[in-house]
Amino acid sequence: MPRNEKPTANGPAADYARDRMVSRRRFLAGTVSLAGLAATTMMIPRLHAQEVKPPEDPMRVPGALPRPYGDRSPFVKSARVGGAGPGAPHGWGENAPNNFNSWTPLQDLHGIVTPSSLHFERHHNGVPLIDPARHRLLIHGLVNRPMIFSLDELERFPAVSRIAFLECSGNSHDLWLPNAPDFTVQDTHGLTSTSEWTGVKLSTLLEAVGVQRGASWMLAEGSDAAGMDRSVPLTDEVLQEAMICYGQNGEALRPEQGYPLRLFLPGYEGNINVKWLRRLKLGAAPFMTREETSKYTDLMPDGKAYQFSLVMEAKSVITSPSGRQQIHPGFHEIRGLAWSGRGRVTKAEVSVDGGRTWQPARLQEPILPKCHTRFLLPWRCNGQEAVLQSRCTDETGYVQPTRQELVKVRGTKSVFHYNAIQSWGVERDGRVRHIYA
Amino acid sequence: MDGYGTSMRKSLLIGIGTLAIGLAWCFWTAGSAEEGGGYGLGRTATDEEIRAWNIDVSPTGEGLPSGQGTVKQGAQVFAAKCAMCHGPTGTEGPKDRLVGGQGTLTTAKPVKTIGSYWPYATTLYDFINRAMPFNAPGSLSPDEVYSVIAWLLYQNGIVKEDAVIDARTLPLVQMPNRNGFIPDPRPDVPSR
Repeated sequence: MPRNEKPTANGPAADYARDRMVSRRRFLAGTVSLAGLAATTMMIPRLHAQEVKPPEDPMRVPGALPRPYGDRSPFVKSARVGGAGPGAPHGWGENAPNNFNSWTPLQDLHGIVTPSSLHFERHHNGVPLIDPARHRLLIHGLVNRPMIFSLDELERFPAVSRIAFLECSGNSHDLWLPNAPDFTVQDTHGLTSTSEWTGVKLSTLLEAVGVQRGASWMLAEGSDAAGMDRSVPLTDEVLQEAMICYGQNGEALRPEQGYPLRLFLPGYEGNINVKWLRRLKLGAAPFMTREETSKYTDLMPDGKAYQFSLVMEAKSVITSPSGRQQIHPGFHEIRGLAWSGRGRVTKAEVSVDGGRTWQPARLQEPILPKCHTRFLLPWRCNGQEAVLQSRCTDETGYVQPTRQELVKVRGTKSVFHYNAIQSWGVERDGRVRHIYA
Repeated sequence: MDGYGTSMRKSLLIGIGTLAIGLAWCFWTAGSAEEGGGYGLGRTATDEEIRAWNIDVSPTGEGLPSGQGTVKQGAQVFAAKCAMCHGPTGTEGPKDRLVGGQGTLTTAKPVKTIGSYWPYATTLYDFINRAMPFNAPGSLSPDEVYSVIAWLLYQNGIVKEDAVIDARTLPLVQMPNRNGFIPDPRPDVPSR
């Protein structure tokens, strides 16, 4: 369709539908002509047009045709926000070249599963482009028989799937800081996501290679430009639950989550779930890599640091109403997420008075171990000030601490594993703000 | 009687021996028929393949290649390939500060560097070799990696100016914060 053609009475929405018809016909005809390419490239700006004008009556205009790979409605704008660690500005502006992570827009999501396109990211030297036909996994070290597996072979092993959260241990790192900027819940908690993960159990592969006596640690190494490596303790929990994953939410892993292969350790800090996995080496001691010594360790007030602090402790947050939202008097359903790296969430409670009184929220099924769990509570905003909080309890009896309790033990310099109760202040005018209460 | 008894014992022993060999053979063939834990998937990695992939270095020094470096050589490598991100003396940034910070871990502004925080010197080889320089990871020769480690340890006051860093000396380097880490004690925050 020529670009200079005058828009019809039906506007861009009909153009968008027609463009897709054009590109589909060309696709079917297999024409890789310049005109075809032009039509395809022209389609892109329309698809992502800032202003999409729907027809007055969608019942009077033929709709769009099927397409090879789906995209969301052009009206849905929810997006990740980029960042570069504590103190760095969040966004895609001038700082974008320095960004090494992105936060999930928790305030916009329903249920418990994070769409793959909105799963948070953290990488240590970019997202590698990996040819699956050439990718291999090597397992060696203290094993009877070192082995190499192709992706095809790994996919032929008995498969397992599990819905579980993955949280960066640096999630909420800015909340250690004394000031409370005007953050959204995406800024404060967006480094956690939940997916259905599919792969082969680590134990299945370890049976294949034969683990030797004395093997108690395993180095996992990625094939990204950082060659990211971490030591994994071969505990009973790890041996029972660890997975080598190739699937995420029903399709292949996204590149940002490790395509074509990643380690997945349910409940453990994101960094140890090594992406773009190429090598597992069994040993008798931790390998003391840079990430597990100088980086992902938690500095305490006495100058000592917690090491191999792997489990993500129970945490919850209200996602709606939440930071920078504007609410109005009347009915609201308070909605949030709770999760624990130690198992199931057994209770989520909500306070609207800054923690003086608590009410149990409804936990929405499914309630899965080491997985985001949705909690809900009806609430009527009366136009008065309120402080909304949530706290959760997990199956071990662990109760999410207040910020004061957490800071009392750990100080404010440990960067990682912040899991305190989050407070949202609702002002008289309905404006919601991130506060410390 | 004795002769009879001896030959009985002998044939019994031969019998047991044959059975043992037979059983061993059965297990061996079963083992090879059930490659990949009975699924017949994957193949044995060759020594050559393992050597090519096996790039990690552990605190005992296992994995360190031959080669060596001095502080003087390291100063040149650092200036040419590292200073653009870490600053001329490893303290200016804009990326990670590498030098100084000793004695700051208990203060309001802890400065975590190689000298103040890293517990093992071998980690420097493992990390620099695989991941640095950021724009050309894996491009340094073993001599360059050893040299830049020598310079960084010298700048942090950990080795002397005439130090030679190699596979033998690197694991012997005592890092100031070697005992600064404790196993995860969580849950550590009492609940009400």
